[in-house]
Amino acid sequence: MARTLLTIPKTAQRGEVIEIRTLIAHKMDPGYLPDSQGQRIPRDIIQRFACRYNGEQVFSAELFPAVSANPYLVFYLVAAESGTLEFEWQGDNGFTQTERVPITVT
Amino acid sequence: MKLSMKLPLERRANSLESSPTSSRENHPASPAPGRRDVLALGVGLAGAAFVRPAAAQADELTAAVAAHAGGAAVRPGRVKLEVAKLVDNGNVVPVSVSVDSPMTAADHVTSIAIFNEKNPQRDIAKFAFGPRSGKASVSTRIRLATSQKLVAVARLSDGSYWSDTADVIVVLAACIDGEA
Amino acid sequence: MSRRACIAALSALAVLIGCTLPAPAPPTALGTGTGATAGAASASSPDLRRSGFEFMGAQTQAMQRDDSANPAMLDVQDGELLWNTAPGPQSKACVACHAAAQSSMKGVAARYPAWDGPLARPVNLGTRINLCRQRHQQLPPLTADHQQLLNLEAYVGLQSRGMPVSPDPDPRLVPFRERGAQRFVQRLGQLDLSCAQCHDQLAGLKLAGSVIPQGHPTGYPIYRFEWQALGSLQRRLRGCMTGVRAEPFAPGSVEFVELELHLATRAMGMALETPGVRP
Repeated sequence: MARTLLTIPKTAQRGEVIEIRTLIAHKMDPGYLPDSQGQRIPRDIIQRFACRYNGEQVFSAELFPAVSANPYLVFYLVAAESGTLEFEWQGDNGFTQTERVPITVT
Repeated sequence: MKLSMKLPLERRANSLESSPTSSRENHPASPAPGRRDVLALGVGLAGAAFVRPAAAQADELTAAVAAHAGGAAVRPGRVKLEVAKLVDNGNVVPVSVSVDSPMTAADHVTSIAIFNEKNPQRDIAKFAFGPRSGKASVSTRIRLATSQKLVAVARLSDGSYWSDTADVIVVLAACIDGEA
Repeated sequence: MSRRACIAALSALAVLIGCTLPAPAPPTALGTGTGATAGAASASSPDLRRSGFEFMGAQTQAMQRDDSANPAMLDVQDGELLWNTAPGPQSKACVACHAAAQSSMKGVAARYPAWDGPLARPVNLGTRINLCRQRHQQLPPLTADHQQLLNLEAYVGLQSRGMPVSPDPDPRLVPFRERGAQRFVQRLGQLDLSCAQCHDQLAGLKLAGSVIPQGHPTGYPIYRFEWQALGSLQRRLRGCMTGVRAEPFAPGSVEFVELELHLATRAMGMALETPGVRP
């Protein structure tokens, strides 16, 4: 399980546009770098990210090797209702991780 | 440390090089060898095999943007691509793209895509939005292999495409230099 | 930067220095001599020391300032988990002896390198953690720059963030500190450059497009863009030594910790920034 750092307001007003920051530990090997023996390290990156709000996808990203290691994404959502935000990352070599965070909307 | 890089050879079709046995159509006189030498002596790319004629890369960037837009016209405007003009290190370059849009069901941004000119491949990232986004804005950190142009393309819900470009100076390269 | 670029640039720099500067160089405001508090502010002269933070671009600075954006905070989280988790059935967790790091570790990282009685020499924080593993957790030491060691160093270091660098004043450290100070002005490597030539005399100028910092270890372990990972001061020093084409000291060696001790003394009073972000 990769370490993640998610910054989400715990509470929000209904209709407020809130900022979501996500950071996940991942080397994002681009597939162009050599190892100490001069052999190319194969690509190993996170390719997809999705954010679901009470089950409905509200934001997604397709990432390529040009995204830096430990991918950092900042995006926005309308705080519509209380519930759960689900973040899912998927990538090479079967990498998959899901984090769920509650959100309270008043 | 010897770098043994394998070039994506299939993408050389546009290269201005022509082998002696090639029976292709005439290529215009290429300024590439002289420039290639200069680039090879330049900022940290000494010996790296990834220096390619700039015209070929610029074509690829145009092609990548055109392919993304499915042949539709891509107009400059509406999009703001923010990136520092000179970055500390090409491995971690903060980038933000935002589009001024009401983000209603009738009028919103559906996607933002970022492309580059001189990395080993053109795509950087593609993001999908909807009315529930509230704001068509995204920030991330990217790798840039050398000084180059970036293009951000936004698609709106009415099917139109808009873009912004930025030039970035990178002195310490990503992607193609191993660790010191 | 890549080794080739570094060597190419340093070769050019070596020629420049060889041609234009006398050796040994006269003391500057930062001090190139041996001894303790070189460069610290006095009543008459301002403190000219600047952290590497001040030589970075605004966006990099913003990344370090923001705990929700600093990639090193991922390692800090791992460090906190390690602190609170028993590493094995026969071993206690750090928390069992040290309780909450927020109180017990406050000021600790700022004091290192420090004297270790049984070894009769200075040790840095990473070695200290390893000694704890061996002496109190009955575990083998982690290799130098092991990810878990870095995570713990970052977590412990965070508890001293904002505090002044205050190296251990134990008088038994004096000969080690003096050797470290000598090493700082000692030319080495095929490029025949000393730390002082770049980091005292040429700080603020550029080496192949990057600004040369003064070389104060105020943020370690740092998340370095060049590594795209967290790394220790010794890793950075190894990079510098390779850059001047010198054989780096062995990891964990006395030579390294003597140099670290001198650097900590040279930075005495400057604020600790751990975990720092650097290009």
